[in-house]
Amino acid sequence: MRGLSGAMPPPIGSAHRPRRWDLPAGTAMIAFIVRRLIQSVLVMLTVALVGFALFNYVGDPVNNLVGQDTSMEDRAQLREDLGLNDPFPVQFARFVVNAAQADFGISYRHGRPVEDLLIERAPATLELSLAAGLFALLVGVPMGIYTALNRRGWLSKAFLTISLIGVSLPTFLIGILLILIFAVWLGWLPSFGRGTTVQIGWWSTGFLTWDGLKALILPSITLGLFQMTLIMRLVRAEMLEVLRTDYIKFARARGLSARAVNFGHALKNTLVPVITITGLQLGSVIAFAIITETVFQWPGMGLLFIQAIEFVDIPVMAAYLVLVAFLFVLINLIVDILYVVVDPRLRVGGGGGAGGGH
Amino acid sequence: MTRSATEPTATPMGHVRDALWRAWDSDILYSFLRSPVTIVAAVVALGLIGAAVAAPLISPTNPFALATLDLMAAFTPPVWMEGGSPAYLLGTDDQGRDMLSAILYGMRISLFVGAASVVFAMILGVGLGLLAGYAGGWVDALIMRVADVQLSFPAILIALLIDGVARGILPREVHHDVAIWVIIFAIGVSGWVQYARTVRGSTMVEKNREYVMAAHIMGIHPVVIAVRHVLPNVMGPVLVIATIHLAIAVITEATLSFLGVGLPPTEPSLGTLIRIGNDFLFSGEWWITIFPGVALVLLVLSVNLLGDWLRDALNPKLR
Repeated sequence: MRGLSGAMPPPIGSAHRPRRWDLPAGTAMIAFIVRRLIQSVLVMLTVALVGFALFNYVGDPVNNLVGQDTSMEDRAQLREDLGLNDPFPVQFARFVVNAAQADFGISYRHGRPVEDLLIERAPATLELSLAAGLFALLVGVPMGIYTALNRRGWLSKAFLTISLIGVSLPTFLIGILLILIFAVWLGWLPSFGRGTTVQIGWWSTGFLTWDGLKALILPSITLGLFQMTLIMRLVRAEMLEVLRTDYIKFARARGLSARAVNFGHALKNTLVPVITITGLQLGSVIAFAIITETVFQWPGMGLLFIQAIEFVDIPVMAAYLVLVAFLFVLINLIVDILYVVVDPRLRVGGGGGAGGGH
Repeated sequence: MTRSATEPTATPMGHVRDALWRAWDSDILYSFLRSPVTIVAAVVALGLIGAAVAAPLISPTNPFALATLDLMAAFTPPVWMEGGSPAYLLGTDDQGRDMLSAILYGMRISLFVGAASVVFAMILGVGLGLLAGYAGGWVDALIMRVADVQLSFPAILIALLIDGVARGILPREVHHDVAIWVIIFAIGVSGWVQYARTVRGSTMVEKNREYVMAAHIMGIHPVVIAVRHVLPNVMGPVLVIATIHLAIAVITEATLSFLGVGLPPTEPSLGTLIRIGNDFLFSGEWWITIFPGVALVLLVLSVNLLGDWLRDALNPKLR
């Protein structure tokens, strides 16, 4: 990340021109996107293979479906009906086709289609992740700016120390501490569940009730704290880097106010990598929601997955795995493509992103 | 400047003396003594690790000896609180188990799992990295693609998945007995990529050095060259990664155990203790969960600080 916003000459040959869509740059771009797409599909197929292997070879699917007193003939018939005797490629192809249509079979534990369970739980996880991401950005970016502008201030040192401790504290311990302080000792906030939710179509939201918002506070801080410290350190490092560049010195020499220099010129060029990293972290926020959801008994997909592991509910495990992998691949793909589109270094004559404020 | 440079020694004792002298005379020691934070971290880390290793000798009671548990003493608060007893410095849990003893033994298990996972990840990662870097070609491409894919998923998710699969394959009783090895395997596999990438990078540099070429011309088998000649030269950064990885491995184990998919309550690690204590948070017995948590944080923080210092001290660019 270092030096991303520094004045670097644009690499020759990989030049992409967003305003002049001349043929070479355009085809290079399309080639890049196609290559990335093929890569993503390969990764998804690999993950699907793991999910499929889980499905078919961990435990006996027939045993999981029928009772003890089913006869051998019935089992053999079921085996034939389920297509378990088909050759491997046929079975795998069927799994992929079904998975692509969001059909992951029936949960062993709940006796309901897995996709229904996931859809039911998705709003809780997504709202939690969104709140955590907002918290991380809205607190992390100002803290990063402050620590960069007041490097020697005692408050900056306090922020940095807190962030170091924040990185060393495991997520679940942060949750427990917050529960102990704000729910048990002070009694201000609820410690588990989503509070009252409002149903809008199939989406159940906790954003619309006071109760639901209060229940959201502790889990989203727990989930967002790590990302917050990450964003703070990133903004600080990038900002310090940018403040050292010539165009900032020039802006100061022009007599611009400190405010205009810091926020108009420096901050703008700091935010590109911040947005990239935040995007990439979105996937791990959803994955780490597993821990937060367990601590706060938050009825999301992560809690469903943990319970699936405890009870060896293979279809739910496989479906969650494929879903999370899909999210990761999708986010990585979007960020990569956006990166090529917006990265100032790849623009001809962009002056390495030093063009802010002109 | 060092004595070993001027007085070559041949005796085994001489080698030891040389090594000690080099350590004493080195920049590493100098930078260590110049950093108070690092000294404190080292003292804390060594103290905790020493206490964990010596747990059977120094712990007040044996938390695994069920016969000695006194149910009447359950939920005794720490000694400085009202109702506390000097026999139980940090209080007791729901079964009258002494928290201090449970923490010492728990730390022992946490550290064992952490260290074993690090060693496993290191062997796997260094081996594959050396292979990829030295062999090159499609072997390299294959190993590195797998590494890239794995790196795009959080380690904890991969460890969870491996643990889940093990639960599916193994019968319940068997899984209970081998849970600790399953966790070591899961954390090890989820952490090999860092080692592999670093070792591959340095191996590709070392491969073109003259000593490798010379060994090659002498007709030494490529495997021998890679292991005996290249490997020692690429191990430096691996030690730094291993230190930081130890902290991560301890956290991962604690997280898995807290989630209920790690070590069983019969072999409680720090994470298991925190999970057990979490049930009593609301009835006011906070010490059952907070003290193991504090022990975990102290351990992880001190090891992390040591790792950071080691990274800076070994990095010639920062000198």
